[in-house]
Amino acid sequence: MAAMIFMMVWNSLPTIKTFGLNFLIGREWKPAESVFGALPFIYGTIVSSIIALIISVPLSLGIAIFLVEQAPKKIATPIAFMVELLAAIPSVVYGLWGIFVLAPFVRDYLGVFLEKYLGWLPLFQGRLTGIGMLTGGIILALMITPIITAVVRDILEVVPTQQREAALALGATKWETTQIVLGNAASGIAGAVILGLGRALGETMAVTMVIGNSPQISASLFEPAYTIASVLAANFAEATDELYLSALIEIGLVLFLVTFVVNAFAKLLVSRVGKRMHA
Amino acid sequence: MSNKESLHRRRKLVSSLMTTITAACAVFAIAVLLIILSYIAVRGLSSISLQFLIDTPKPVGEGGGIGNAILGSVLMTLLACVIGLPIGIGAGVYLAEFGENLFGKTVRFLADTLIGVPSIIIGIFIYTLIVLPMGRQSGLAGGLALAIIMIPIVARTTEEMIRLVPNSMREGALALGAPQWRVTWNIVLPAASTGIATGAMLAIARISGETAPLLFTALNSRFYNYFYDQPMASLTVQIFNYATGPFDVEHRMAWAATLILITLILAINILVRFLTRKRF
Repeated sequence: MAAMIFMMVWNSLPTIKTFGLNFLIGREWKPAESVFGALPFIYGTIVSSIIALIISVPLSLGIAIFLVEQAPKKIATPIAFMVELLAAIPSVVYGLWGIFVLAPFVRDYLGVFLEKYLGWLPLFQGRLTGIGMLTGGIILALMITPIITAVVRDILEVVPTQQREAALALGATKWETTQIVLGNAASGIAGAVILGLGRALGETMAVTMVIGNSPQISASLFEPAYTIASVLAANFAEATDELYLSALIEIGLVLFLVTFVVNAFAKLLVSRVGKRMHA
Repeated sequence: MSNKESLHRRRKLVSSLMTTITAACAVFAIAVLLIILSYIAVRGLSSISLQFLIDTPKPVGEGGGIGNAILGSVLMTLLACVIGLPIGIGAGVYLAEFGENLFGKTVRFLADTLIGVPSIIIGIFIYTLIVLPMGRQSGLAGGLALAIIMIPIVARTTEEMIRLVPNSMREGALALGAPQWRVTWNIVLPAASTGIATGAMLAIARISGETAPLLFTALNSRFYNYFYDQPMASLTVQIFNYATGPFDVEHRMAWAATLILITLILAINILVRFLTRKRF
């Protein structure tokens, strides 16, 4: 671990020396002219992760609530297993499916629909090719849903049954009982969401394959973009000169530190809920 | 009175509405899984053949296959297992049996965060550590990257499985005068062996689907390659290359290769499921 940080800092020294903080806020990325600014990638990473969370959080919460609070055990077990299988599908397979199935769907149906009804927003204007930020976000959402679901499920399961029984005994409906359970598990659920965010930030292959890989900052979600992980995947093998390589390693370092902090914070939240419930 | 009744009816209505919505979420997730799998099955089956499984990639239009990619994946996964399993299992045993101190807690925390580190970062790390000094990409680097991904997963599942072994078994052995290492080696490990094996299998399933850390460590190769010091092809990188290629023939080969990969991964997952259900 320490070795990882050391090696990455060591190898990104050339760009740190050359560009300093400007590296993080520069908008231009032109390897041929040795100009490196990582802002488009940071922007792309954040926006695609936000799209993923917007879709995935309600979906995963719904699944987890259904599995723990509502479905009888006989149905819940196989469904839970199938949701877990979604997590077992490799990233590159999501990418393949994204290119040939999801992207055309976004181009021909979803994008057209959004343009028609929400087209007054700058988010949904522009050239609709199916390959771009929106598709990337959707693929990410599908990929982090099983992860968030699994953690939320574990958290809901440690909420003591007595709380549910008490609420039901007072005449609360099933949904009102669920709301009480959710309230008690709130900080753990936040942890689960942040864990999902950590995964979305670092997800590489699937996003690389559908996001279009273009270093620009555009308000439209239809336009192609770039994430930190995907710029690494797409360019690392061909980065031959020292400064270029060092620039890539430095944004890798940024990604590493960010996901490290995000994951550590999420772990803390989730484990605190577990402890409180057992106490 | 009627006011109360209508409130009651509304509460019940909201409740059943929410049940329906949450059920719909679950149905949606399953639908996504089935849609993805059926696309792979249909498109993969239509372009798979024995020749495809043993051939090496050829220029577009001359057929070609994924034989060397399968071999490369197997070799690198093997290397990852040889390095990763002993270290991972050893760390797991330590954490479970002797890990209730500051060092154990730190290792556990680091292992947990290492699991969450994007795998492409592991690739960069191995690149700076092995590829740059060696001067070229190699199967060795790819296998090592996979091993690093594998170690924390194996360590954590091993630890959990060993914790499931009842304490009375340890106490019984200790009371008979067995030293600590014998208790761990001859009593605890055999009792937890099925669990550890399933954890290892899940880790293998996970790394066999990894692409990002192989992209610039193992790179790729168009030929059968049995040597760890040369660039090596892998199933996942080959899928990536075929999928992003411009030609329809390539896309068909990507689907076929995916069918092989996903069959393997699902088989492991379902087998593990079957094994653990019988036990607990």
